[in-house]
Amino acid sequence: MSVLRTPGGGRVDRERSLQFNFDGKAYAALQGDTLASGLLANGVHLVGRSFKYHRPRGILSAGAEEPNALVTVNPGAPRDTPNVLATQVELYPGLRAISQHRWPSLQYDVGRVNDALSAFFPAGFYYKTFKWPQRAWKSVYEPAIRRAAGLGRAPATADPDRYAQRYAHCDTLVVGAGPAGIAAALAAADAGARVMLCDEQSEMGGSLLAETMARIDGVPALDWALRALATLAGNPRVTLLTRTTAFGYFPHNLLGLNQRLGDHRADPDPGQPRQRLWMVRARQVVLATGAIERPLVFPGNDRPGILLAGAARTYLNRYGVKVGVRVVVVTATDAAYQTALDLHAAGVAVAAIADVRAQPVGVLPDAVSRAGIEIMPAATVLGTRGDRRVSEISLGRVQGGMVRPAARLACDAVLMSGGYTPSVHLFSQSRGKLVWNESLLAFVPGLSAECERSAGACRGVGDLTAALEDGAAAGLAAAPDPVRGSWRPLPEAGTTGGCGWLGALPQPQTTATDKAFVDWQHDVTTRDLALAAREGFRSIEHVKRYTTTGMATDQGKTSNLNALSIVASGLGVPISQVGLTTFRMPYTPVPFGSFAGTSRGALFDPVRRTPMHHWAQARGAVFENVGLWKRARYFPRAGEDMHAAVARECRAVRSACGIFDATTLGKIEVVGADAVEFMNRLYVNSWTNLAVGRSRYGILLREDGFVYDDGVVARTAADRFHVTTTTGGAPRVLAMMEDYRQTEWPQLKVWLTSTTEQWAVIAVQGPNARRVIAPLVEGIDLGASALPHMAVARGRICGAPLLLFRVSFTGELGYEINVPADFGATVWEAVHAAGQAHGMTVYGTETMHVLRAEKGYIIVGQDTDGTVTPDDAGLSWAIGKSKADFVGKRSLERASMRAPTRKQLVGLRSRDGRTVLDEGAQIAALPGQQPPMQLIGHVTSSYYSAALDHPIALALVAGGRTRLGQTLYVPMPRGEIEVEVTPPVFYDPKGERLNA
Amino acid sequence: MPEQAAPLDDAAPPWPPLLAPATRFILHGNAAVRAAATAAWGVPFAEEACRARLLGSRATLWMGPDEYLLLDRAPAEAAGDTASGLERAMAGLDHALVDVSHRQVAVEINGAHAGHILNGGCPLDLDLKEFPVGMCTRTLFAKADIVLWRTAADAFHVEMWRSFGDYVRALLAEVARDC
Repeated sequence: MSVLRTPGGGRVDRERSLQFNFDGKAYAALQGDTLASGLLANGVHLVGRSFKYHRPRGILSAGAEEPNALVTVNPGAPRDTPNVLATQVELYPGLRAISQHRWPSLQYDVGRVNDALSAFFPAGFYYKTFKWPQRAWKSVYEPAIRRAAGLGRAPATADPDRYAQRYAHCDTLVVGAGPAGIAAALAAADAGARVMLCDEQSEMGGSLLAETMARIDGVPALDWALRALATLAGNPRVTLLTRTTAFGYFPHNLLGLNQRLGDHRADPDPGQPRQRLWMVRARQVVLATGAIERPLVFPGNDRPGILLAGAARTYLNRYGVKVGVRVVVVTATDAAYQTALDLHAAGVAVAAIADVRAQPVGVLPDAVSRAGIEIMPAATVLGTRGDRRVSEISLGRVQGGMVRPAARLACDAVLMSGGYTPSVHLFSQSRGKLVWNESLLAFVPGLSAECERSAGACRGVGDLTAALEDGAAAGLAAAPDPVRGSWRPLPEAGTTGGCGWLGALPQPQTTATDKAFVDWQHDVTTRDLALAAREGFRSIEHVKRYTTTGMATDQGKTSNLNALSIVASGLGVPISQVGLTTFRMPYTPVPFGSFAGTSRGALFDPVRRTPMHHWAQARGAVFENVGLWKRARYFPRAGEDMHAAVARECRAVRSACGIFDATTLGKIEVVGADAVEFMNRLYVNSWTNLAVGRSRYGILLREDGFVYDDGVVARTAADRFHVTTTTGGAPRVLAMMEDYRQTEWPQLKVWLTSTTEQWAVIAVQGPNARRVIAPLVEGIDLGASALPHMAVARGRICGAPLLLFRVSFTGELGYEINVPADFGATVWEAVHAAGQAHGMTVYGTETMHVLRAEKGYIIVGQDTDGTVTPDDAGLSWAIGKSKADFVGKRSLERASMRAPTRKQLVGLRSRDGRTVLDEGAQIAALPGQQPPMQLIGHVTSSYYSAALDHPIALALVAGGRTRLGQTLYVPMPRGEIEVEVTPPVFYDPKGERLNA
Repeated sequence: MPEQAAPLDDAAPPWPPLLAPATRFILHGNAAVRAAATAAWGVPFAEEACRARLLGSRATLWMGPDEYLLLDRAPAEAAGDTASGLERAMAGLDHALVDVSHRQVAVEINGAHAGHILNGGCPLDLDLKEFPVGMCTRTLFAKADIVLWRTAADAFHVEMWRSFGDYVRALLAEVARDC
């Protein structure tokens, strides 16, 4: 056992030792250790190099505020995690970790030269230096800086872990399970509240886990905490979440909690989530987030071995680890005296307590004196020595405003305490107002913006007795029925005094040779902050960005107040006038995996499939995504590419017949006595005269007069329309309809129901279509006069109820068979089987696109782009001219909407008879132009037409309909393509096939 | 970028199984319509928001101020006849009745962890006091719309559009690991 390990006590399991590996070296530790305590037990303080100067850095703290000890766990392995805090990594047997930001090794780092050259790297160095030449920023400076900077490396392999997410609700969410938090949870639970208590550490108890002196309810404080937690755990209305960081406070009391489930296990169950993101909606929130001890700012304060006094006490009492064998304590509060007493009792030599206060008095200083430890009042620190570990500290004495050298003390650790900074991060995130408390030297929560209250040290109530009472009061007030509560804590803790120190410790007039660090993680020194003030920065937000203080991943948890104080004194204004920068979520980093949760791989998004999907899949269909739907794009046969397959499918439809899955089309049932009035007001068409059993091509505009959606609309009863929409437009059309129905015309007796998924739709298209379905259809006369183009009838097919449309999106004789979705697959197979005698071929969306383009039928969203009127698209025939109004009508009457120079839909034929234009290609009226060209339109659809044996295209061209027969030019990188303007209908312009 | 497949290689099969086909209608109309429909459907309609009524195999679920889901666990073969009966009962009253039997599929989730599993994708408070037996509502399960109906203290009936069934059930299976 290491000499640095105490013989007993603490929260580590003395019976279970384990081995771990840091930077390739094996170390022994105990179950219950963190990586930090395990390293310290082995005398390892040096854990990293600093960001800018590459100075050796040690473990500064024991918690989430740690700025130095960023490590990568499992480097190169499946659970490779960079930038985790050694103070938060729980050791398990075989854990591997490496230090970051050093090259080639932690002990010898070439970047250290930056420290020697630091005179050339003042605040704002990048802003001042890399301004010129401008082009070099992207190509030279930025890549070099990014390589040199960087904290850790992003993992290169896929994350093998599962992540869970869960919503939860409670009456009272308590954040932080220290004394105040436990008291709050007890009080709230006692009053009957549904309570959630979360804590970021592996064990609840907070400061009580390292408490040795205080007693509560007649028992040692830690025993009280364990008993209280057991009580809470036994209450079914209470949820306890350890290893759970409340990282974000979102509006209306929604808090983000990240729970680490598997990170502390050597062999996590791959079937279980590694982390779980809780989204908690709480009626009331109690923030009991505690306080963070502040470092003191003095020259050479960043040497490994110099750490926070409270952290040293935690390492001693909670983990059984002595941070050194001979320590010097530098403090501005009484709290560090307790650390000195505990270390002294554990056999650590305390060389001296250097107290910056002139006259430290009270219970603890008295106890320290009785223990024979020297107290040096009115002290300051002039510097430290030591290569990769502190070995000596130079102390000074402040007298009459002068600083004189006082002593040089050998030591292997310096413990500092500048007081406690309340953790107001979550309170600030909740948009609560912080107020400066001069007696506490701290910003504390003021007016709350949410149903929230702070309790204990996070609002400056740091004394144990007061914190317990504060927590209990907060918990009771945050319960829905406070009258029910009766529990009160009975603490017997001693009261500690002292107010702390802000900013740099006093120094002699001569400039100190070593740097005094304010922000450890971003290497910001007192000089940088003073320089920023001298250079005229007034706003703390600007100082922060100029010096980067507080902008590292620790968000300045240990540095913000010291920085603020230095800036304030540089500007000669009070701290309260300088203000505080904004705290942003997350409180500590949260893995991307937690936010992604289950939204990855097959669960990333819903995949919608039609009832005929499996049939198509079995036939080798190539699918495309249309919204969330999978649609069969084409059905290649052996040896066919898409072009060949589509050409074959097109020929089959034109010469015999094809079968196509049109299920995904949106469908809305518009029902009610005023259904026809509703449709008249909404669509451009007139519906009054549409007979029952007939359908019509409908166009829907937005208020601005541009085409929004289209589709066939059938009148299936006097008061009932079956409206179809585009596949992608279904939700937005229904939403638009509901909007008008509910807000514009609430008096109309009409209701809307989506029936998209009620029906499977099988399109049978081609000259043989009637012959194929005739033997299957019952109860409908399919004769051309009985069921003409655009007729609709009800019957049965293969035992299923049938709604049959005679419609065509191909220009051929066509039907759309609508059957309830459960019947889709069997009816499809029956129709396909019946079609085999008639040359039936299954076709996909690509063929559908070619066939409709040959007929000049537009696709909304492809041939329109939100700036196309019905007339632009050649569809003004559809507008009900005699209607008083419809959505978009007024806009269509504006002069600019009727201008003859508007872009109009036309056809294009490549003059060479073989070049298929690129969709989206621009069109010029004159050949041989150089940029900037005058362009008059663009290609919207373009295919090779198998039926016509030449390429066809649809295009929007300025004044297009007056240009029929003209030659236009499509400039492309490989040369200009000559095209002839044609009408948009290429195939069967008279529509004879349609009416067959 | 490496292929992102690993964590779902061991994806559990979709769960729970789909319930047998059922008969479903959406009914829009006022209190008079509901009174008339009750005579034909055999189940009263809750006037309170987000409440369902159940009698035998049939239920009515409040979906909106004038919108209800009518649910019959019997299969949809006779939906046409049932619709005709309802239409006769409501003749002369302004309403809209639409057959959505095939639009939706359903699952039942029961057991002590039912609420926790649903809270893996549903943001509502499913505490028995907040979401009592007989409560129903449209809500979300991750990226899918669902109708959630608590049929017992530890049982929920979940309706979803049929093409979302695979997604919802695959996600339920994944989420159920964490309970």
